[in-house]
Amino acid sequence: MVLIRRFEEKAGQLYGLGLIGGFCHLYIGQEAVAVGIQSALTPGKDSVITGYRDHGHMLAYGIDPNVIMAELTGRGAGISRGKGGSMHMFSVEHKFYGGHGIVGAQVSLGAGLGFAHKYNNDGGVCVAYFGDGASNQGQVYESFNMAELWKLPIIFVIENNQYAMGTSVNRSSAEDQLYRRGESFRIPGIQVNGMDVLAVRGATEEALKWVQSGKGPILLEMKTYRYRGHSMSDPAKYRSREEVQEMRDKSDPIEGVKAYLTKAGVSEEEIKKIDQDIRRQVSEAADFAESSPEPDAAELYTDVLVEQY
Amino acid sequence: MGIEIKMPALSPTMEEGTLAKWLVKEGDEVKSGDILAEIETDKATMEFEAVDEGIVGKILVAEGTDGVKVGTVIATMAGEDGAEEAPAPAAAPAPPAAEPATEAPKKAESGTSKLATEARAQVADPAIPEGTEYAKITVREALRDAMAEEMRADDRVFVMGEEVAEYQGAYKVTQGLLAEFGPRRVIDTPITEYGFAGVGTGAAMGGLRPVIEFMTFNFAMQAIDHIINSAAKTNYMSGGQMRCPIVFRGPNGAASRVGAQHSQNYAPWYASVPGLIVIAPYDAADSKGLLKAAIRCQDPVVFLENELLYGRTFDIPKLDDYVLPIGKARIMRAGKDVTLVSYSIGVGLALEAAETLAGEGIEAEVIDLRTLRPLDTATVLESLKKTNRIVVVEEGWPACSIASEIAAVVMEQGFDDLDAPVLRVTNEDVPLPYAANLEKAALIDASRVVTAAKKVCYR
Ligand SMILES: Cc1ncc(C[n+]2csc(CCOP(=O)(O)OP(=O)(O)O)c2C)c(N)n1
Ligand SMILES: [Mg+2]
Repeated sequence: MVLIRRFEEKAGQLYGLGLIGGFCHLYIGQEAVAVGIQSALTPGKDSVITGYRDHGHMLAYGIDPNVIMAELTGRGAGISRGKGGSMHMFSVEHKFYGGHGIVGAQVSLGAGLGFAHKYNNDGGVCVAYFGDGASNQGQVYESFNMAELWKLPIIFVIENNQYAMGTSVNRSSAEDQLYRRGESFRIPGIQVNGMDVLAVRGATEEALKWVQSGKGPILLEMKTYRYRGHSMSDPAKYRSREEVQEMRDKSDPIEGVKAYLTKAGVSEEEIKKIDQDIRRQVSEAADFAESSPEPDAAELYTDVLVEQY
Repeated sequence: MGIEIKMPALSPTMEEGTLAKWLVKEGDEVKSGDILAEIETDKATMEFEAVDEGIVGKILVAEGTDGVKVGTVIATMAGEDGAEEAPAPAAAPAPPAAEPATEAPKKAESGTSKLATEARAQVADPAIPEGTEYAKITVREALRDAMAEEMRADDRVFVMGEEVAEYQGAYKVTQGLLAEFGPRRVIDTPITEYGFAGVGTGAAMGGLRPVIEFMTFNFAMQAIDHIINSAAKTNYMSGGQMRCPIVFRGPNGAASRVGAQHSQNYAPWYASVPGLIVIAPYDAADSKGLLKAAIRCQDPVVFLENELLYGRTFDIPKLDDYVLPIGKARIMRAGKDVTLVSYSIGVGLALEAAETLAGEGIEAEVIDLRTLRPLDTATVLESLKKTNRIVVVEEGWPACSIASEIAAVVMEQGFDDLDAPVLRVTNEDVPLPYAANLEKAALIDASRVVTAAKKVCYR
């Protein structure tokens, strides 16, 4: 979680320096969601897919920060060779299937990954993350229907950070209790405190049990919050500073973890050490991302098609 | 007075059918709405209802009879008053009398009925070894065989779409697949194009080989986001890590008398997208060989079929595992005076036009593009070198079309070989109308091709 926080802070700085371009969606505030869920999955077996706010999920899945940061800076060493950018990153090796820029697309695609798990009978489960805003897309419900109809092994995770760009859940959703959004498809839903990593982890374990026993999909609504703007160019006129400050003061997921660790007997020094290691790791990633070269010009024409015709 | 019951036309393209089963026998009393028989059409097996009340007189066509032409009298019925039936000879063609609704609807001469011309003589595909035997097969069967063969060879291949399994395919293309491969691999979806296109694309990303059927490509507009944003772009955006080997297939282009929302050629839409392969075959052999290639291909493929061609019979080489190369045009007829470039159903019209032109001393070379992306420009330019004239024939709108693209390529890369401007023979620039005469006016036909060819030959 601290790695995600520091990584995202650094990405914000690099953006300010003009080293990262385009859209860049930071995960700060939501770290407990990806970490709590990813920690319950079996790497190499379960598959994960999300939207454009994807750095945190990748870090939580153990993907090298260097190649993620290098993708953000558009370098040839980036995980997508600099051709995807912040929103379009993938690691087939880790069964991380992106990184999708079209709001809601990852839900149907995730159902497809779940379909493949079931077809191959490989015991894997797909986790498809999407936002509160995405939960109003039609294809989400098309996917809910098929997933339940065919009992696909998939966990739908709504990361309800309460805003879709500048539109709050209440201004966009007739049913604002998003965990209920699967009801008419008979998909059970659980509302979870997404700022508490252990609550997230516990709910995920329950969800996995449900799905792995062949009962079909389940929906987790993670109540969370993003501290930063929607992307780097966010006027932040739709919510007050006080609202953000209050979340930071009262519900910060990292402070929460610290409290858990202290309670478990982990010393201040040990925590500091973790902090320092992470700072070093992140600054190395930034150096790597700044210093590695841009993609070769010939890369423009590669990877359009796999085969030659 | 007896009533003649005639073989009904149960679909817009039906010309004949099989009288699968009689559900009544001579002497039975029937009420309107009772089911008289089951009739198998080119698309499906359908129940045929009585319109009038009465007593079944003579059954003139036995059950199990194939190839019963629409309009043939299949039985007679005595009216309720029990009057003598007037049996008509079974073989006699239906008189065009004003009759009850059981009569075959009078077929209006529409544009689409002229589109699907008879299969024409053609130059053999050079990929086929000399001495190969040929069999007769419809495009519909060729497509089904391609899927079945690939499914037998590779467990990752599955077929998904609306009505592909139990109904046997809205146009009967997937007939028999459910019986052979079962519901794990032949999957009926809800009516949910955006969703199942996404499910298919995700399954391809997850390592499977989906064949996604759209009932027609008109409905794929709801899914075009996944076809383009998810399937076509992912390999590039992932730096070559994440493949998406998927086939999106189904009928494309004008169908018969179904109006604007069900009649559109999307070839130019998809062919404009880098990352996609776009195939639009004309005959049965190409349908089979290219669909097999498409299923094996590691790239996402949009495979555009044509409903009006499904029932057409062509020669197909009797070869095991007949797979054709993607991206290669085919010279369907050799000629030296003018090149007619087309694809899909337009190829039949180009061949028809070439025959007419031959009678007037003009030898047209006919090229079937077959693959629209990547486009085999070399074959087109090579032909241009010989003929110095090109007419593009496209059953689709003129603006931003494949025809426009060919014109641009020829101008950029073959300018010095041109002795006349490139002409485009395309549909009219209007939504496809319903009325038979307007539909006919809107769609291309062979005579327009002949006129254009003569024009570029200055004849
Ligand atoms: C189909 C589509 N419509 C609109 C957008 C523009 N857009 C990008 S993110 C976003 C808000 C989505 O909010 P939410 O789903 O809550 O996710 P969050 O950003 O909060 O993680 C919008 C409207 C898009 N990328 N795709
Ligand atoms: Mg949101």
